[in-house]
Amino acid sequence: MGITFRKETFRDDFTFRNSPEHIRRFPFPFHEDAYMYAVNIEPHVVGPKGSVLENLIDVDEHYVAEMQDRALVLAEDPLRCQSLPHMTLAGWDLLELLMEQQALGYPEHFTLTRDGDRWRWINRPLGIDDTFTFGDTSTLPYGPMEYITRQSQGDFCILDQRDGNLWMDAGMVTTQADWSLDFDIGMNFFEWHAPVPLAHEKGIFTRALKFLTNIQQGKPARRLNWTMTINPRLDTSPENYHKWGPDRTTVTPENVGDKVHLRVELQSFWRLPRSNGIVFPIRCYLIKMDELVTQPKWARRLHRVIRDLPEELATYKGLTRYRPTLVEWLSKLDDGSPTSPGFGPD
Amino acid sequence: MAAKTIISRPIYGTLSPQPGKHHLFIADAEGALAIVDMAKMAPPGFFGGAEIVFIPGLDGKHVAALEALKPAQFHLAPSFASLLPRLKQTLGNAHMGLRLYLAGTEGLIGQAMQVALEAGIDHTSMQTEHRGSLARRMQCVHCKGITENVTTQPATCSHCGLLLLVRDHYSRRLAAFQGVCINAEDRSEIPPTEEAFP
Repeated sequence: MGITFRKETFRDDFTFRNSPEHIRRFPFPFHEDAYMYAVNIEPHVVGPKGSVLENLIDVDEHYVAEMQDRALVLAEDPLRCQSLPHMTLAGWDLLELLMEQQALGYPEHFTLTRDGDRWRWINRPLGIDDTFTFGDTSTLPYGPMEYITRQSQGDFCILDQRDGNLWMDAGMVTTQADWSLDFDIGMNFFEWHAPVPLAHEKGIFTRALKFLTNIQQGKPARRLNWTMTINPRLDTSPENYHKWGPDRTTVTPENVGDKVHLRVELQSFWRLPRSNGIVFPIRCYLIKMDELVTQPKWARRLHRVIRDLPEELATYKGLTRYRPTLVEWLSKLDDGSPTSPGFGPD
Repeated sequence: MAAKTIISRPIYGTLSPQPGKHHLFIADAEGALAIVDMAKMAPPGFFGGAEIVFIPGLDGKHVAALEALKPAQFHLAPSFASLLPRLKQTLGNAHMGLRLYLAGTEGLIGQAMQVALEAGIDHTSMQTEHRGSLARRMQCVHCKGITENVTTQPATCSHCGLLLLVRDHYSRRLAAFQGVCINAEDRSEIPPTEEAFP
């Protein structure tokens, strides 16, 4: 049985919704009633059936709509997809990884057939059936990274490893939480994280870099990150901040449930076999408050997390303007009773 | 000397004579004084293997002080843009072991470093010293236009007209600080403009 792909939008009329099954599988990012930065990296291994970790590269009911939204973003602004000249091999590595993983997890939707360097890729949801020569860019309609990431949910950063550091040297970034690939491309790990408050002083990035530079092939790792977005908008780029920023002034006690979305990033880290680079998929999951609070434990916990969030973090995540309205709305769903340990709903 | 704030923000040092036979100095305005100060520590004959490229400020000062160092080559340029073709050729043809010294405004250091990086010179092998104006070169994240010599916070993009917060986040590749719309959420909020980078 395949996935039923939703017809929906992430802009204009914002028809994005989660089905009840997708609400239950939402990767809620808080395992306790408070949040602070941590090096919360763990092995990226397959998780329970029906969770977003059932496959290491997750494809869900939003796949087709997300790929359509990506195509719209790229048509407006091609700089969202860039690859420095030395990164082509890593692009082929990524193409292989994503084709293999999607075909493995969803054989009814994706098929990869290999005959030496002659590869045939069938992507049924998007109506693609291409035969090409692996390693020969002239046999694809785009570079290898762009080709496959136009067919894969989430943003992708490819990091080159040299001089004991990781360099953001290629990426497809159309669903980002307010950072610019065009500005950050070519930066090292510390430089592109420079604007993040508090974490440098805690030594977070030094430890994270040490971990990431030691990632081995076949042993990917993952972490969750989160923010909030008004309206189910994937393209919250700084490039378009002057277009989506005004959304943050539109939150009222009446529309919190529909407008305010928790945005969770499932970030994973994979060593690439030929280039020795690391690919860093940033898979974005959105859920509106009305959907989230159908799970009473999540409603209680989110209330406590947002209420108690340090001011610097609230500012960095852009919550300042609507936090009081959101906390007031969530408080009505928090009877003060304890929450069970762990991420999942009760 | 600009204060260190965040990690992508460049840190500048003090020029000091490096071993080697070939030395290229690129400076603007008060950057000339960094070269003059360094010269006091240089071994005899040092400038016999040196080229100095200088972009004087509006007041045209410091030219004579640099000429007095008797560099092997001395070139005056009216602007960085006018210097660019020559600089690309010089760096493209540079010997292994060319020592690069950049002094003056952040915009000059950043742009010269950008050309040198493209020529394959590692940024850690360049000497830099910040002198003079704190004015910033800023890229508008929205329209991608570069505004030169930004001295205020916030600053207006000279291309699209948005009012931008000039961040400390800096890209060596673009040789620019990032400008992000300061009142994107509510355009009627207009914060006071301050002379932040005189």
